[in-house]
Amino acid sequence: MSRILAVDDSTSMRQMVAFTLKSAGFDVAEAPDGVEALEMAKKEKFKLVLCDVNMPKMDGITLVKALRQLPDYKFTPLLMLTTESGPEKKLEGKQAGATGWLVKPFNPEQLIATIQKVIG
Amino acid sequence: MSTASSEISDSGTHAAASSPNEFLTFTLGDEEYGVDILKVQEIRGYDTVTRIPDAPDFIKGVINLRGTIVPVVDMRLKFKLGRAEYNEFTVMIILNVAHRVVGMVVDGVSDVLQLTPEQIRPAPEFGSGVNSKFITGIGALDNRMLILVDIEKLMTSADMALMDSSSQSLQ
Amino acid sequence: MAIDITRFHQTFFEESYEGLDAMEAALLRLTPASADAEAINGIFRAAHSIKGGAATFGFKAVADFTHLLETLLDEMRSGERETTPVEIDVLLRSVDVLRNLLNAARDGQNADAAVVGRLADELASVLHGGSTSPAAASAPPASAPASEGWRIRFEPKAQLFASGNDPVRILRELASLGPTTVRCDTAALPDLTDLNPEACYLAWDIELRGSCPRDAVMEVFAWVEDECHLMVAPLAPVAPAQPAAATATAPVPTPPPAPAPAAEPPKVVPLAAPAREAAAGDTRERRSEPPRGEGGSIRIATEKIDSLVNLVGELVITQAMLQQLASGLDPVQHEKLFAGLSQLDRNTRSLQEAVMSTRMLPVDFVFSRFPRMVRDLAAKLGKQVRLVTSGEQTEIDKSVIERIADPLTHLVRNAIDHGIEKPEQRVAAGKDATGTMRLSASHQGGHIVVEVADDGRGLDRGRILAKAAERGLPVAESMSDAEVWQLIFAPGFSTAAEVTDVSGRGVGMDVVKKNIEALNGAVDIASEAGKGMRVTIRLPLTLAILDGMSVAVADEIFILPLSSVVESLQPRPEQVKRIAQEGTVVRVRNEYLPLIDLREWFVLPGPKMAAHQSIVVIVEAEGKKVALQIDDLVGQQQVVIKSLETNYRRVRGISGATILGDGRVALIVDIGAVVRLLAHPANGVGIAA
Repeated sequence: MSRILAVDDSTSMRQMVAFTLKSAGFDVAEAPDGVEALEMAKKEKFKLVLCDVNMPKMDGITLVKALRQLPDYKFTPLLMLTTESGPEKKLEGKQAGATGWLVKPFNPEQLIATIQKVIG
Repeated sequence: MSTASSEISDSGTHAAASSPNEFLTFTLGDEEYGVDILKVQEIRGYDTVTRIPDAPDFIKGVINLRGTIVPVVDMRLKFKLGRAEYNEFTVMIILNVAHRVVGMVVDGVSDVLQLTPEQIRPAPEFGSGVNSKFITGIGALDNRMLILVDIEKLMTSADMALMDSSSQSLQ
Repeated sequence: MAIDITRFHQTFFEESYEGLDAMEAALLRLTPASADAEAINGIFRAAHSIKGGAATFGFKAVADFTHLLETLLDEMRSGERETTPVEIDVLLRSVDVLRNLLNAARDGQNADAAVVGRLADELASVLHGGSTSPAAASAPPASAPASEGWRIRFEPKAQLFASGNDPVRILRELASLGPTTVRCDTAALPDLTDLNPEACYLAWDIELRGSCPRDAVMEVFAWVEDECHLMVAPLAPVAPAQPAAATATAPVPTPPPAPAPAAEPPKVVPLAAPAREAAAGDTRERRSEPPRGEGGSIRIATEKIDSLVNLVGELVITQAMLQQLASGLDPVQHEKLFAGLSQLDRNTRSLQEAVMSTRMLPVDFVFSRFPRMVRDLAAKLGKQVRLVTSGEQTEIDKSVIERIADPLTHLVRNAIDHGIEKPEQRVAAGKDATGTMRLSASHQGGHIVVEVADDGRGLDRGRILAKAAERGLPVAESMSDAEVWQLIFAPGFSTAAEVTDVSGRGVGMDVVKKNIEALNGAVDIASEAGKGMRVTIRLPLTLAILDGMSVAVADEIFILPLSSVVESLQPRPEQVKRIAQEGTVVRVRNEYLPLIDLREWFVLPGPKMAAHQSIVVIVEAEGKKVALQIDDLVGQQQVVIKSLETNYRRVRGISGATILGDGRVALIVDIGAVVRLLAHPANGVGIAA
């Protein structure tokens, strides 16, 4: 089963994402902030990482940069969850090495569709 | 005949829904009384009671009922009926009224009876030991006369001194 | 496939309310001087989280409103906008409106649109200096007319893989838009020896047939636009091919109809990375979470904790019972049993402490509501008040915290309303124009002490005496100050000249006292005319379990709280003295302490014993010592406090009951009440009054 890492400091969002993806057959792990996410990523190779941008301790963009430094994650799809539709945040994300983004709010079906497109 | 030492009823919250026609009867002095069976939780013998300071004489004190502190009232003292003796035959009826558990000491428990509406007559205004405002009727069965008491109303009334109105507001 | 996400709503609401509290606390601490990016960023993040969740879970009103907040906060955190009292004020009021919106969303109702609209307009006008529509969702440019299909040239840059993107995925997605013909262009592929496997050398020419709009095609490449060269041209020669630039195709924000500038002018926002890493400050705002250790925290329903506490209580009783049964056995013969029981006792104690501590919360939970309340109330009454709190981290049992909230609120309101004078009056009296309120909490002995103090005008002794006499209460000029202050706890008492809608109706102080006494606590007042007043509340640390000393009086067993016991002794006859009309005292070293015969006090049967033939236990409460005469010392044990009031009522002088090892009920003596009744006898001495 493909394992996904969902990172968001909002418990309700995290739970929703995890639940949604699990119901689509994905195996999902959760982390509440970038620091924990990085630790988990070091211990286990995830097939895809979904992370929020605004988080305490380590924000999404920094997390993406850090993940890209890990050899296991050079080519792993890293998707950012952002509410900001302006181009700067997306640009910043891409410059950090993110694969793409998902704009909040999204509905569960959109989420599943996107994830399926990326990791099939 | 008697259902001693058994738990009979429940929380008593839905007791008022149907008109009660099942009564537990007991004796106090020379009279027989009946109370709604749904208010009766269980029947016990008379156990060691811990005295409560500053309480009227008819409130004997409190007992430990499986971990809960329950006050005990001696109806014979309260209504001055018969002699209040405490021996191996003394019985305590544990009631569940107004979300509280209360015990009352009586002379003896008789049985559980079903009374049809025809067997219940309206309460006369004579003075009996129990104030007539708490009497809901007189049950007549065979040759027995049963004084039917609204036990919840009685126990929650001010002169029973079981409940403190101001402390209730703090719950 | 419908997925029901309403199951996450509860968590969302809990989080959002916490977030709002954090925002409010941070806003209250914010002053133009202390407004650094880190502080504002914390507030921004809280708003951002709420907006994200609200949008996801479909609470549009909340999301839309929060968006305005977020926009304003964003400008403040980036330094684009200065933080002035105007912003702080409108943000604070917005927090209130947002709370209402959340309530409405949670209860499935509609919030007061007028109120929301007004504040939304206010936010907008602060933002733009004119009314405007909320930040316009950028309108996408009109789609190019669909043609018979598209010719697409997709040429990824070499580093495409490094962003985790996969051309195959993109091609697959294109294929889902319509029938495609794909041809791979390998022209740029170097020799194997020169090949860098992490680089992309391939390009693709794709023909996508069908009537799908251009946008749909561009959408597929959204993530990789800046990592490739892309050309999209209609298949049928409709118009001159329009090569799409490889740069941002993000739609240009259309200016809102109003003349005001767009809410999101394209700008690079230099967010200081240190601001994000200010974790300590931010997590502190999430007050409901205790300082996070390695393991984080989980939410637990309080019923589960309560049930744990009950179970531990039962365990304590059972263990006491076992101890009791074992006490009749020979310790030498049953050495192992005794060792086991001793171990059990230690384990039970530890377990009990651990469980009790799960229910302990910092008193800050209650204190946190006061900064806002003090601020608003002071403003409303035209006074200047500064609130100083200390000891916020003092931990109290959760149920105690909940029940002192109201009394404290009343005391604080009273102090601001009646205690603290208006600025002019204060200055005239030589005081600082700004009054100070102090809220503090601390552990003292086996108790929690909470104090509410102010530096206002203090209590008016004369007025109180007059009012009391008016109401028929027994008063005398000779009463000490302490006794006079106690008068204000009488029901319906109020010396306030006017009844404000805040206080003065006289329904307060007696309820405060009742509530505190219901917690087995006590209230004391100290006051100095012109200087101020201090209310001291003493509460037991926990409501459930007590270390007690069991004593025998007549044929009953009573429990004395061990924390109140000073010592016990058998006095010599010459130590005991009768003082006419006052009672009996016992001399212990250099003190003369009032002697209370518990048999007499509790009206128990049996002959009265002389003190020197009995045991006397010295107890202390509220700073006073009293000697209690009992028949015998029985032992020391932990007892589980059972309420008398559940099925009976409150008994003066008794704080509760417990069940002993042998199943009997023992009453727990309320030492504080005894001390107090001795000092201020209602009628006569003793509780049989």
